[in-house]
Amino acid sequence: MKNKELEVVSRQLGVSRRDFIKFCSVVATGMGLPLGTGAQIAEAVTNAAKRPPVIWLSAQECTGCTESLLRATHPTLEHLILDLISLDYHETLSTPSGKQAEEAREASIKANKGKFILVVDGAIPVKDNGIYCMIGGRTALDILKDTAKDAFAIIAMGSCSSWGGLPAADPNPTGATPVQKILTDAGIKTPVVSIPGCPPNPYNFLSTVLYFVTFKKLPELDDKARPKFAYGRLIHENCERRPHFDAGRFATEFGDDNHRKGYCLYKLGCKGPETHANCPSILFGDTGSGTWPVGTGHPCFGCTEQGVGFHKPLFSRASLHLVTPPDTYPHTQEQQGKGATIAGVAVAAAAAGAAFAAVSKVANKLGEDEKGKK
Amino acid sequence: MEIKRRDFLKVAAAGGAALAAAAHPALAREPKTRIKDAVGFLYDSTVCTGCKACVSACKQYNEMPASFSTPQDPLWDNPLDTDSKTYNIIKLFKDGTGAAKDREKDGHAYVKRQCMHCVDPSCVSACPVSALTKDPVSGIVSYSKSACIGCRYCQLACPYNIPKFEYEKAFPQIRKCELCSHRLKKGEIPACAEFCPTGATVFGKVEDLLVEAKKRLQYKAGSSQVYPVERLGGKATAERIVTPYVQKVYGEKDGGGTQILYLAGIPFEKLGLPKLEERSDAHRSETIQHTIYKGMIAPVVFLGGLLYVVHKNTKDHK
Repeated sequence: MKNKELEVVSRQLGVSRRDFIKFCSVVATGMGLPLGTGAQIAEAVTNAAKRPPVIWLSAQECTGCTESLLRATHPTLEHLILDLISLDYHETLSTPSGKQAEEAREASIKANKGKFILVVDGAIPVKDNGIYCMIGGRTALDILKDTAKDAFAIIAMGSCSSWGGLPAADPNPTGATPVQKILTDAGIKTPVVSIPGCPPNPYNFLSTVLYFVTFKKLPELDDKARPKFAYGRLIHENCERRPHFDAGRFATEFGDDNHRKGYCLYKLGCKGPETHANCPSILFGDTGSGTWPVGTGHPCFGCTEQGVGFHKPLFSRASLHLVTPPDTYPHTQEQQGKGATIAGVAVAAAAAGAAFAAVSKVANKLGEDEKGKK
Repeated sequence: MEIKRRDFLKVAAAGGAALAAAAHPALAREPKTRIKDAVGFLYDSTVCTGCKACVSACKQYNEMPASFSTPQDPLWDNPLDTDSKTYNIIKLFKDGTGAAKDREKDGHAYVKRQCMHCVDPSCVSACPVSALTKDPVSGIVSYSKSACIGCRYCQLACPYNIPKFEYEKAFPQIRKCELCSHRLKKGEIPACAEFCPTGATVFGKVEDLLVEAKKRLQYKAGSSQVYPVERLGGKATAERIVTPYVQKVYGEKDGGGTQILYLAGIPFEKLGLPKLEERSDAHRSETIQHTIYKGMIAPVVFLGGLLYVVHKNTKDHK
């Protein structure tokens, strides 16, 4: 990569070259990639010709996903997101509106068929032919199906598009449905990546996009199509309050002595033990340590997990998920060594006998040699 | 001195007849029944997640130091069984891959072990100096160090291998769970029950716990039910999806009954809980002992017989 190019980008973004490289490296580390990948990412980002076009569709949503993204502050991220990708359509961020905006979208789809990334935030209502969410006179269902088949990949941004989220909460009056299900039902095979969360952490989205820009493929996904680098572990596993859980120190009421001491929030209904996300590791809002729900003293709500957030009562106790328990527990029946068997003893005795015979023979020979010398 | 064969048989027969006359079934002591207000735990293995919060809470509130099973590398508090510094322990049953919880084949299950506070405790029966006593109100089996002579009969008598001796100390004591009686006095509940986050261990009156346990056995697997947490009838509850139970409450009748009751998803023998008869060991041994020594008749007759033989054989020497 030429330094000149980097400098141009640095000037564009309003950050120093050093900060820019640092940012790329941090993103690479966040995804668990080797440090050198940071340079690769920087190169991919600087090369403007590689900027992938992005169409961002919104359906039943609260714009929280977009707001969350705007609040990412690693070197002035709103600049980066605009220069890193070519955001051709976004209802909240687009300058044009109405007919012009819709035309821009159609033009971009036509020009970048099979190459653009489609981001969807919000669930898609399907009840009564999807009339509960209309954009420019068309249902969101119709627009999604139309756009999805031409996209290279789809990113389901937020819990609503990942698994229904808030609009799909019981009794789900509009038939809110996640993106993946609609595509499967319609037979559209475009790959879908889910970035669940309410709102999702902007860096999980950004890392996924950067990975795509750099390597031209999607990151490793789990069985629910979530990137493994972000959703591979339970919140409970990396929680800063975990030692309190292990030691049996729990807050039992909001504001009680144990709550003030920062004890584990499990008994207040924390869903950390059944929710997969990297919240305790990367936190929220870039305002320092402890800035995530559990850090502020509120139990995890389970927003990133299907069937937990918006589905389980807020303060009910979570079920603990444990894969196979470690062998550090004492066993109900401790393994014991067996006594020597007759055959074993015989073999050992034979071996010992043979060794003894050999040694004595050698010793005898030595003795003879000694005698011979004399 | 010579004892004629005939004389010897005569004496032996007389002694035997006296013993046989004394051995009468009416002398067997009544089996002990549950004390009405006795307290204990209900431990539900299907609810337990093996977090060991009870183990550390027990250590904290009974002021016990860490116990190491790895002397070369004493890093973790990792006792293999209850010991003089560990009154309460979570053990693991694991078979094959251990993938599914509460499954016998290729599964795993947890079990909490501590003093069972038997209805008719063998340790109390075996103790020659009444250092171990059963409280007539709460039914808690407690220990008095001032009475103990260190014979360790209680260790041998206990079918659950619970009383532990402080071999490492110059003035050793017997150590075991006393159901946090120091906390009960203050109106608190035992530490392991209070700190159990899931409600696997709940404290309460044994007769209520028995009702709760039998209610759980009726629950349909897969249905959602409300489980009490910490104590029976308290305000803390947890909703959970029921997993299948083995249709038995361990401790209801086993070994004469215990004040700690168990529910599990796999057979209790796999969890290391011994298969015991409904008649307690204490009842059996005390019946035999009390029969032999009833009114001291048999010993007096036996001793009299011996004295007679001695007298008869030493008469000629005078």
